[in-house]
Amino acid sequence: MQPNSAYDKIAADPRFADLVSKRNRFALAMSFIVLAVFSGFVFVAVAGHGAFAAPIAEGSPWTWGIIGGWLIQIFAFLMTGIYTLRANGEFDADIKTIIEEATK
Amino acid sequence: MKRFLLSLAAFSTAVLTASAAFAAGDAISGAVEKQPVNVTAIIMFLVFVAGTLGLTYWAARQTRSTSDFYTAGGGITGFQNGLAIAGDYMSAAAFLGLSGMVFGKGVDGIFYTVGWTVGWPLILFMIAERLRNLGRFTFSDITSYRLDQTSIRSLSAFGALTVVIFYLIAQMVGAGKLIQLLFGLEYAYAVVLVGVLMVLYVTFGGMLATTWVQITKAVLLLGGCTVLVLLSLWHFNFDPSALLSSAVTNHAKHEAILLPSSSISDPLSAISLGLALMCGPAGLPHILMRFFTVPDATAARKSVFYATGFIAYFFILAVMIGFAAITIVGTNPEYLDAAGKILGGGNMAAIHLSKAVGGNVFLGFISAVAFATILAVVSGLALAGASAVSHDLYAIVIKKGKATGAQEMRVSRIATLFLGVMAIILGLVFENQNIAFMVGLAFGLAASVNFPVLFMSIFWKNMTSRGALIGGFLGLISAVGFVVFGPAVWVNVLHFEKPIFPYEQYALFSMTIAFVGIWFFSITDKSERAAQDKAGFRDQFIRSETGLGAAAASNH
Repeated sequence: MQPNSAYDKIAADPRFADLVSKRNRFALAMSFIVLAVFSGFVFVAVAGHGAFAAPIAEGSPWTWGIIGGWLIQIFAFLMTGIYTLRANGEFDADIKTIIEEATK
Repeated sequence: MKRFLLSLAAFSTAVLTASAAFAAGDAISGAVEKQPVNVTAIIMFLVFVAGTLGLTYWAARQTRSTSDFYTAGGGITGFQNGLAIAGDYMSAAAFLGLSGMVFGKGVDGIFYTVGWTVGWPLILFMIAERLRNLGRFTFSDITSYRLDQTSIRSLSAFGALTVVIFYLIAQMVGAGKLIQLLFGLEYAYAVVLVGVLMVLYVTFGGMLATTWVQITKAVLLLGGCTVLVLLSLWHFNFDPSALLSSAVTNHAKHEAILLPSSSISDPLSAISLGLALMCGPAGLPHILMRFFTVPDATAARKSVFYATGFIAYFFILAVMIGFAAITIVGTNPEYLDAAGKILGGGNMAAIHLSKAVGGNVFLGFISAVAFATILAVVSGLALAGASAVSHDLYAIVIKKGKATGAQEMRVSRIATLFLGVMAIILGLVFENQNIAFMVGLAFGLAASVNFPVLFMSIFWKNMTSRGALIGGFLGLISAVGFVVFGPAVWVNVLHFEKPIFPYEQYALFSMTIAFVGIWFFSITDKSERAAQDKAGFRDQFIRSETGLGAAAASNH
């Protein structure tokens, strides 16, 4: 376990506060986008049955409901990728600096 | 944050209307017909068992410390853990139930898959790395981080155990029914077999074996489903459009299978079900434990990334399987009874499809994979239950942290054995009982006891030990009460005419009670302990955000 003084140093470090607010803003924005896309899908399904079963192209058996649903699943995967990329790169590097300075 | 989750739940549930038993997990309920003995399937399954026992032998030689036993020494990579998490999620119900739902109703299945997949990015953005940074062996490590060890750890361990036991019984009964359907063997054989194998994996191989059993099963399931879809596409000359057109032509409802069936009877029930679905997994001890098997927050994020990819891919396959079965199974009298209904019930669409496109050998393979799925999930449950007993109750509450690693591991092995024997006995006792409520209860308890205390302990600095204890306890009592006096037990099991509590889906009510209870009994708490609890938040917060002081990867 680290000595308590390291926690004191981190608490006083403005870069820690910056990191936390930067990361929270990013996480909330990402969550909001995921929710917005998902609620759009639900809205189309519940309110506009026609649009949901409409073919994506003239004569195609594929409907917007099926293709849209699959695209959202792929989109969810991509969003976790984007978050992981930034958090594992930029945020983790910030944390490393903050911890190194505090435990010197 | 809470408001945000609530609104999410409201949206996600507007369309999730199928039965809670399917949605919530693995229970295969209702009477099933015993099938003729399927030798190929049994041989395939024995090969799987032999392989996993080999894995367990290998894992047992690596498992020395408590950290090895509970968390595989923290040495699982992000990719491996992603597969294991996906494996926990890709249950027998998801595989058989989802393809069966598409077979029966069409695009309704898509709503489920979309709702279930979008939960994962949110888990990543909000809690994955914080769980890893704060926890060591069990999620009680997090809830009791700054609160009173004895009372809060007991509460969380008790919450974990009750969830594990109800879920385990439901799985055992499901396994027994599945084996009658797939292998044509006696119910009792299946229950004893599952119980014995589960105890072997966990007591000897600990988390390392449990994780690798889950990974093996996940790879087999993903591979098997991929082959199943490819073989089905072969029937349509590898033209997916032809597959879909043919499904629309051949389904009794024709174009209607492309429309969501509008069966939203009661928005309150829908919201309530959605809450349990959304917050339940974040309170299931065997899923939470997976976050402690990776070395750090970096790997924890990667696990969710990979898990989301595997889950999305699997769900797309499951939907294709359902559509393919409409033509290939639904028009073949070999798989239909006199009335034109599918043999063995709606869950059998994927199984029949595997026989139709791949013959008896492939049928055997898919059946064996379906059964392996249950085995992998019960092992995770048993390990989570055993660690609640040995790590939380024995080592910390009773021995006050003074137990040696060897003592702790001995207790957890005894606890596993005890859980295994109990699961077998209860599995046999409940064979012909209506146990659908047990899965609902497990998820409801996870969502209304474990989740609120965990969530508030991470995010709300003013939570006190008293608030957590009373709030969590109120969640527990109300969840149990709503089940007993609700339709699931009062009417379906005890056969009273009318339920005292009218809603089948109760999570909305019990979760509200838990959260309000935590809030009220925390803000009114002026004790010395409360001041201590609040003062502890700063260090906990720094650790949860930075990982400083988090349990190291391995402590050999």
